[in-house]
Amino acid sequence: MTRVLAAVKRVADTSGEVVLTEDGQGLDGRFAGWTIGDHDACAVELAIRVAEAGDGSVTVLSVGAPEAVEQIRSALALGAGAGILVETDPSAMGPADVAAEIAAVVSGAAEAGEPYDLVVLGNDAADTGDFQVPIRLAHLVGRPIVTGARMLEVADGVLVAQVQGPYGDETYELPLPAVAAVLEGGAEPRYPSLRGRMAAKKVEIDVRAPAGSPSGSGRVRWHVPPAASGEAEVLGEGPAAAPAVVEVLERLGVLR
Amino acid sequence: MILVLCETDPATGEVDEVSLETLALARALSTEGGGVAVRAVVVGPVADTDAVAATLGGHGATEVRHATGDGVASFGGAAWATALDAVRQETGSVAVLAGGTPRGNEVVAHLAARLAVPMAANVVSFEGLSPLTVRRQVAGGVALEEMRLSNRPALLTVAGHAWQAEETGAGPATWVESTVDVPAEELVARVVRTAERAADESGSLTSAPVVVGAGRGAGGPDGFGPVTELAELLGGAVGVTRVVTSLGWRPHHEQVGQTGSRISPDLYVACGISGAIQHWAGCASSRAILAVNTDPEAPMMTRATYAVVGDMHEVVPAIVEEIRKRG
Repeated sequence: MTRVLAAVKRVADTSGEVVLTEDGQGLDGRFAGWTIGDHDACAVELAIRVAEAGDGSVTVLSVGAPEAVEQIRSALALGAGAGILVETDPSAMGPADVAAEIAAVVSGAAEAGEPYDLVVLGNDAADTGDFQVPIRLAHLVGRPIVTGARMLEVADGVLVAQVQGPYGDETYELPLPAVAAVLEGGAEPRYPSLRGRMAAKKVEIDVRAPAGSPSGSGRVRWHVPPAASGEAEVLGEGPAAAPAVVEVLERLGVLR
Repeated sequence: MILVLCETDPATGEVDEVSLETLALARALSTEGGGVAVRAVVVGPVADTDAVAATLGGHGATEVRHATGDGVASFGGAAWATALDAVRQETGSVAVLAGGTPRGNEVVAHLAARLAVPMAANVVSFEGLSPLTVRRQVAGGVALEEMRLSNRPALLTVAGHAWQAEETGAGPATWVESTVDVPAEELVARVVRTAERAADESGSLTSAPVVVGAGRGAGGPDGFGPVTELAELLGGAVGVTRVVTSLGWRPHHEQVGQTGSRISPDLYVACGISGAIQHWAGCASSRAILAVNTDPEAPMMTRATYAVVGDMHEVVPAIVEEIRKRG
């Protein structure tokens, strides 16, 4: 039985226009809405697959605002069995702070005699793009980690992870307990069933206070660079533009 | 002392372009800081040490530390961070930089965790040294974060094409071999097998000088013939949008975007692609973009360097024909 902890982050939906908060400290999701990032969504999918294959369970964890229960419930609707929210002001948290809060949950479970065999997270937060929470977590709890994983399997106490490396498709084999950072693309996240959505509403979320005080991220302010609108050089219309295009290709030195 | 982790292809010895761009930023930091030395570190097997020493020396590194040993023969984030940290300590480096590649980000993040200091991923510029203040890509590259790095060593990775690689005209860097002992517990997570990827897969997508992309406008899995043909004629790769892979028209490894590959070719030809934020995040680092679209107001058309108004099914074959005609 494989016990899996899947950590997800509530992030602003950026499928439309990117809007910053008035204080410039992050994305404003009041108009576009909130969601789970694509890497996190795949992490949840792989967590559920690992649990299903090993007759195990998935607990979903989020470190963030009270409203992050929405993202926890959406993961519960997919097949996770329990939810934990470490309620805090996410804008005050740097990657080291988030990792420390997840580590506290992992260590607490181990001390309670119910350790997680595997912790899965998105490879990278869709908003802050820090690239370090999973690795800092692994260091804090003393577990091996694989990053950029697109597929995960657990068998006989070993985590097998597939990673698309720079020179080929790489395989990692890690003894459990371990941490895996999942990159979107290896598995298509499932849709919640009506039954799953109904069941998720009934789950009592374990809401906790943060274990420590945040040290911050060093952030000064976010900026959205102005779009270079209307500056394209129009080469023509339809097939008649082909000669002008080829001249550009020659000018750029890309025509072999 | 500024230390730059440089990546090389273990088979060819070729230095990764982002590493050379990172050296350019390191030199700029050095100049701003009064001319401190810039050194490079290369971890693991190197096919041609003379060539790497010449390339890195020619881009501003005075010395290359080559970290070798059984523990770093294959990639492992923790093990490579041990090698990087050993060289950092030996050289007394106050800043450690790497390219914003998956491996660069992973190794520097391990170092940051080990030293319990902040890290700035995907930096595009620096604003000042006291304290070191950088701008880095967030939200998939569509926004920038200004961030202070007060701790030493300062740890950062550099976004692709954020800086222009420049040759200084200097000769080869001094080559120093350095054997690294990696503790057994740091060898637990490392690559145990690598399956060579077909040449047309995403390894070439991220390094291709030209990428020809197509979106929903391709119309279906059969609509990519001219796109593939143009990519082949230009010695490039095919890249697609997320909707194309979601519909199953093309494999995921061809996906360009926030959650696909981030490309930085000399030219990106975007055919029938509207230019949604997620896709733009993956191609914004292209040196030039040529957009082909029936809608002249599509975001990709207004943001592109060059634009052709028209149906990609008519325009792309005409471009292919014109190239063939010129022989």
